Amino acid sequence: MVDAKNISELGSSDTQYQEINDLLDKNQHYKEGFFTSTHVETFKKGLNEDVVRAISAKKNEPDWMLDFRLKAFKHWQTLDEPHWAKAEYTPLDYQDYSYYSAPTCGSCSEDGVEAEIDPEVAKAFAELGVPIAGDDANIAVDAIFDSISVSTTKREDLAELGIIFCSFSEAVQDYPELVQKYMGTVVPYHDNFFAALNSAVASDGTFVYIPENVHCPIDLSTYFRINEAKTGQFERTILVADKGSYVSYLEGCSAPVRDTYQLHAAVVEVIVLDDAEVKYSTVQNWYPGDDDCKGGILNFVTKRGICEGKNSKLSWTQAETGSAITWKYPSCILKGDNSIGEFYSVALTNRRQQADTGTKMIHIGKNTRSTIIAKGLSAGKSDNTYRGLVKILPSAEGARNFTQCDSMLIGDQCGAHTFPYIEVENATAQVEHEATTSRIGEDQLFYCKQRGISEENAISMIVNGFCKEVFSELPLEFAQEAEELLAISLEGSVG
Amino acid sequence: MLLTIENLQAEIDEKQILKGLNLDIKPGEIHAIMGPNGAGKSTLASVLAGKDAYEVTAGSVMFDGQDLLELGPEERARKGLFLAFQYPVEIPGVSNKLFMQTAVNAVREEQGLLALDMFDFDEYAKDKIELLEMRPDLLERSVNVGFSGGEKKRNDIFQMALLQPKLCILDETDSGLDIDALRLVANGINALRSESRSFIVVTHYQRLLDYIKPDFVHVLYDGKIIKSGGFELVHELEEHGYDEIIQQSK
Ligand SMILES: Nc1ncnc2c1ncn2[C@@H]1O[C@H](COP(=O)(O)OP(=O)(O)OP(=O)(O)O)[C@@H](O)[C@H]1O
Ligand SMILES: [Mg+2]
Repeated sequence: MVDAKNISELGSSDTQYQEINDLLDKNQHYKEGFFTSTHVETFKKGLNEDVVRAISAKKNEPDWMLDFRLKAFKHWQTLDEPHWAKAEYTPLDYQDYSYYSAPTCGSCSEDGVEAEIDPEVAKAFAELGVPIAGDDANIAVDAIFDSISVSTTKREDLAELGIIFCSFSEAVQDYPELVQKYMGTVVPYHDNFFAALNSAVASDGTFVYIPENVHCPIDLSTYFRINEAKTGQFERTILVADKGSYVSYLEGCSAPVRDTYQLHAAVVEVIVLDDAEVKYSTVQNWYPGDDDCKGGILNFVTKRGICEGKNSKLSWTQAETGSAITWKYPSCILKGDNSIGEFYSVALTNRRQQADTGTKMIHIGKNTRSTIIAKGLSAGKSDNTYRGLVKILPSAEGARNFTQCDSMLIGDQCGAHTFPYIEVENATAQVEHEATTSRIGEDQLFYCKQRGISEENAISMIVNGFCKEVFSELPLEFAQEAEELLAISLEGSVG
Repeated sequence: MLLTIENLQAEIDEKQILKGLNLDIKPGEIHAIMGPNGAGKSTLASVLAGKDAYEVTAGSVMFDGQDLLELGPEERARKGLFLAFQYPVEIPGVSNKLFMQTAVNAVREEQGLLALDMFDFDEYAKDKIELLEMRPDLLERSVNVGFSGGEKKRNDIFQMALLQPKLCILDETDSGLDIDALRLVANGINALRSESRSFIVVTHYQRLLDYIKPDFVHVLYDGKIIKSGGFELVHELEEHGYDEIIQQSK
């Protein structure tokens, strides 16, 4: 065993503080861009087997977890960074990131005992409007700050129903059989470059288990916050909905304003058994970077769910407004007969942001159905790509898919691209695809203004009209947040 | 005076289009503006409405006692200046009804009135819908998207009826209308006539003017008004074309 202390650095980041505030002044429209100055333990930059072992040691992990990490790390070393997506980035120097950072007096689960949450960290979440004190009756929250989960609310209430809602690290300690049973079954460690990296250095994440026939009475949510500079966040989320259960799960994200790219490579696995339903909603507002998108988050995420059982249902709803680059394809493997997969997405890019996002619907079971509604909004000099795969395997008798991809261009310097891949191997399947592209330009805005409508109202009216079908799938509070985020992200995007 | 334009000069992309234009309009008057293609009629309308692309290089415009050129386009609209566009714009994804409700409420806010909710708005819009015989589906559909040319024009006049402006500028609203639609639009304009409301009607044809009988007719050529007169000037133009008047003005 390597002693974690040898490669960790202790210290507060006061010097960075001024620098960051300076930057913030230039980026006033990203209101989540503040930095929390607190005592942190951060590993030195760099990635090698010792670092992987140190992360595992830090978290006091059992051998099977360390083995999983090492296997993934060995495999990762054999892979090349992918550059096939429409999103372009210069190759990353993986040695220039730190792979572990945590507030020192956070509720680190080192010995399984919950410590008091760092007041500075608590303040940060309060400022973000994340109810980590458990005072919101309708929602339970797992709050993740850099590499660790600092607070999980309402656990006891949920436990009475047999629901497990805890950080991934705790699940490894407390529910090893469940974690071993499901981890890597939907997204294997060798799935892709970033999934392998995540499997090796997974920081924290959320673990959810809904037992048979339990309808989870409140929304479960995770809020991810990247705070430290040059720290990657590699969370691992596993959500299991046992037979006949239901859960609505939400995640939100943000990060301080930085001047160098930060890496976020998450893996999410969702398992839905017979007659169960999972609604998975994301509002992603990672820092997009400055006007050239320098310093923004590189959001390379693998999200996948399997509708394992018959009549199961999985819906992904996402509003993606942040990040310098987003590379994300929440997918559904429709294995159970009559299972349903849905993907509702709004992806907005502005300035020089790039998004390459979409979904994969893999139809295996009989009479499986999938719906894809993807809305891409591009403004400024950004590029927005929809990339989707609908695959109907020979076994998927009577499968159906409906896909609608709409792009809206705001101004004339941005791009929208659509790549729908359709592979049908069963003649009884029905696949429908519709696509539209429209542009909001000066003329439309002038027309609105000539009728007395302000530019701000005009844009939000046009954009919300365009996104209506997707936002109506989001839980109410989230829908509102998403609308506001769009408005903020689009400020000054025309003219 | 509702509108006073003095020596108005304006350019676009460094090309001068309006070259010293004067025009006075009293409340309740209807002024027709005619003139050959490219004379600057739409430019005048755009400059009055406050379109960004145009730069005013000289002159002044007073509207209802204030300096019009100081105001942004949405402020001008809220203070009662309305432009029916030569080419109404399509706005995908926004229902015509929501669009108009938002516009009406923006104007009401300016006037210190309470906003109308969907029900109030339906009530308020009822007689205007009847006046212009608007098909119900045109209200539910996205603004002007897939509307026929004539439907777009009629929609603009419908908006005008809803907004109850002080000054209505109609830029070739009659072009592309069939006979029935022309009558409807003319009825719409006539229904809106009042002692306090004025109109600038840009047109190439006598047809519309026969219905609405303008008080004054102006000929705009090369960025200036080169001749003004009463309704009889329309007949003169129909018979002789612009050549004679242009020659005289030189
Ligand atoms: N961006 C531009 N750059 C240069 N010239 C322009 C530009 N836009 C318009 N013009 C010119 O301005 C002149 C006036 O145009 P305007 O549209 O005002 O004419 P109009 O009187 O409305 O004509 P019509 O009867 O055909 O509608 C035209 O010669 C046109 O080519
Ligand atoms: Mg014109």
